[in-house]
Amino acid sequence: MRLEKRSARSSAALVLAPTGAVAFTLIVSALLVLWAGAPVLRTYGLLFQGGFGSVFALSETLTRATPLVLTGLAATVAFKARLFNIGAEGQLYAGAIAAVAVGGLHGGSGFDAPPWLLFPLMLAAAALAGALLLLGPALLKLRLGVDEVVTTLLLNFIVLLGVGALLDGPMKDPGALGWPQSVALQGDLELGKLIAQTRVHTGLVWAIGLAALLWALMKYTVLGFDIRALGANARAAAFAGVPVTRTMVAVALLSGALAGLAGAIEVAGRTGYVTLDMSPGYGYGGIVIAMLAGLHPLGVLAAGVFVAGVQVGADSMSRALAVPTYIADVIVAASLLAVLVATLLTQYRVRMR
Amino acid sequence: MTERVLRLDRITKRFGPLLANDAISLDLHAGEVLALLGENGAGKSTLVSILFGHYSADAGSIEAFGQPLPPGNPRAALAAGIGMVHQHFTLADNLSVLDNVVMGTESLWQPFTRRAAARARLLDVARRFGLPVRPEARVGELTVGERQRVEILKALYRGARILILDEPTAVLTPQESESLFATLGQMVASGLSIIFISHKLAEVLRVSHRVAVLRAGKLVAEARAADSTREQLAGWMVGHAVQERTRRPAGRIGAPLCTLANVGTGGDGRDRLDDVSLTLHAGEIVAIAGVSGNGQVALADVLCGTRSIASGSLQLRDEALRANPVWLVRRGVARIPEDRSGVGVVGDLTVWENAVSERLRSAAFSRGAWVRRAAARRHAEHVLQTFDVRGGGPLAPARALSGGNMQKLILGRALLAVEGDAPTTLIVAHQPTWGLDVGAVAFVHERLVAARDAGAAVLVISDDLDEVLALGDRVAVMHAGRLTEAIEATRWTRAAIGLAMTGVPESDALRREAA
Repeated sequence: MRLEKRSARSSAALVLAPTGAVAFTLIVSALLVLWAGAPVLRTYGLLFQGGFGSVFALSETLTRATPLVLTGLAATVAFKARLFNIGAEGQLYAGAIAAVAVGGLHGGSGFDAPPWLLFPLMLAAAALAGALLLLGPALLKLRLGVDEVVTTLLLNFIVLLGVGALLDGPMKDPGALGWPQSVALQGDLELGKLIAQTRVHTGLVWAIGLAALLWALMKYTVLGFDIRALGANARAAAFAGVPVTRTMVAVALLSGALAGLAGAIEVAGRTGYVTLDMSPGYGYGGIVIAMLAGLHPLGVLAAGVFVAGVQVGADSMSRALAVPTYIADVIVAASLLAVLVATLLTQYRVRMR
Repeated sequence: MTERVLRLDRITKRFGPLLANDAISLDLHAGEVLALLGENGAGKSTLVSILFGHYSADAGSIEAFGQPLPPGNPRAALAAGIGMVHQHFTLADNLSVLDNVVMGTESLWQPFTRRAAARARLLDVARRFGLPVRPEARVGELTVGERQRVEILKALYRGARILILDEPTAVLTPQESESLFATLGQMVASGLSIIFISHKLAEVLRVSHRVAVLRAGKLVAEARAADSTREQLAGWMVGHAVQERTRRPAGRIGAPLCTLANVGTGGDGRDRLDDVSLTLHAGEIVAIAGVSGNGQVALADVLCGTRSIASGSLQLRDEALRANPVWLVRRGVARIPEDRSGVGVVGDLTVWENAVSERLRSAAFSRGAWVRRAAARRHAEHVLQTFDVRGGGPLAPARALSGGNMQKLILGRALLAVEGDAPTTLIVAHQPTWGLDVGAVAFVHERLVAARDAGAAVLVISDDLDEVLALGDRVAVMHAGRLTEAIEATRWTRAAIGLAMTGVPESDALRREAA
């Protein structure tokens, strides 16, 4: 068996590939549901209901989608330039800590600055923290050829341990009864709610706005061209005069900043303070979302809502049926694999021999 | 006639809309050299890939030594005694000759390798076919000619009785080619059969018994080499009678535009410059000959702004040349890279983006951070029209273009200056016609000559001696990172260039030739 490049993208394959990807995902997941001894259709029904079936379900999905979209954008811009940033998780925590450092109630009241000044400062600090965290691995890659997958991945653990030390040390909330938890954010800096009585907050608007901005950047600016050219063919980009080092540094700063903002917006919109379990792997989830979206900034919005919906829906479904929430991970993983194979098949055909 | 060893029967292969092989039937006899002649893209490589099992034919069958050959199976082809020597060698540089030859012939489950036996067999094969070799030498230390010998031995060691040689002389000096031809003679004398792929007429007539000419996927002629002439073969190959192109000599040579003085790049290996001096004047073409891998890449990189020099000086007009593509393009340096799909264009980006990629930072195509898309698209359309780029509009990905159209796109991008950039002062063209069909070759050559006549200095670096002699007003030869003096093309002979390619200083080469 081998792959042959198609001379033109087959239109039949363009229709069949996504259909096949969805069918594959549903079938694989159904087999596991059957194995767990639950009725397949009812499981899917409850899952959909729990993720998208009511205003409340939808609000929960969008709440969860907000940080996922931001880390998805972080992965998108980095991967587009072939800077494989696996460190969004650490950058998210760094951003969250920076946000609380600027806007928190430390010393009882925090910095005495008006919210209109403190709020942008808080976001800027978070973005800067994430950006600087990725700058090191990017420079190591550029100057010494150190593999950024290894450095960014390992930095996640270092950052998490560092955050743990802060939460048990200088940033510990004295009123938290010994729990490792940071001081709370000033109430004035918290994001408003989009729908009353739910948790969905204006961070969603930030995420959508940043997705649109990133899309415009990629499409309409010289930097966007440089990023796309560098990622598609670094030698040809350098030959055409793309400033390779400068572009790679810009990408690292952008990607890290987006992940850092995810942390700040999560603190300001949902948790109100930093704990070590505030992110159930949003940084890694962002990679999956970026790939599902085919590295398209606007596609990240759809992919983020899909992944969040499956996770929220699975939580709710597992309360009614004896199917563990892990089914959500299976659905997301299977759909990613199916989409990747389907994209491949629109460009190649399989020859048996 | 001697025994027939191979029979191709109506082989047909289609790639999408392209009919690469159209019902081709061919026979090969024992002790015969059959030349497969054709332009690039005529279907030669496809045909031998089918023969060797890399592709399976859509229709038709193959018979080797009277037995049908299962399609699409290189292992079966090897077992049937068919061996292939690729143009680009498939050797591991860090292993010895013996290791390279034995690799893949022993079972993984066999506890020990039988080196002594393998060594004896290798030396026996080498002696029988007159291919002297040192089994313990590391392949990385061998010359290109010696590596090719190892490739041939690899095939013979596996029991090949039919040998396919894909453009074997492309990487050799004229002297090394001669020695290869002598070896081929010895091999067919001992009963082997050889398929020799080439697009060079002289060597085809020199080595083969029979010539099969392919054009656009069809077998258009078959003839005994002894009964054929160059003109006849050329006519079959390109489809109409061709006359040898006449050179158009340079007009008035102008002021020096670009000067390299004692330039060295440092670094080790073969891809470096060592004390290279050269002056390029307005209105002349300087062509650099040499076997590839002797520093041509370094020379092109230095002049294209993608590599800095370690010693010496490099002047463009009255400024020191900067290793910065944007700086060079602004000053009218047109750059044609050797690897057009890997360096010349970004295949995944659109044709229009590639058409402006070098000048994107100029005021013509960007305002601050923003790309002036409408202006860029207009310029791209202008490039496509002026340089007759076909096969994909401005919105198609650049990788959809054929080699010839891709090269026209790169030429157009480099030569059509926009407001704010200097008009073309210097052209650096590395292998500008490699792999192109006749029409595209003529187009590229015309553009280079036209640019020269308009007053540009042109540097052409090429492996193809015919191209060097057809274009160069002055010719210099590269060997091991050093460059001979550039002297008038008329003062060189082919043999003298060949000697200089092997490292004999040009004065000696010319003198020896005169003697």
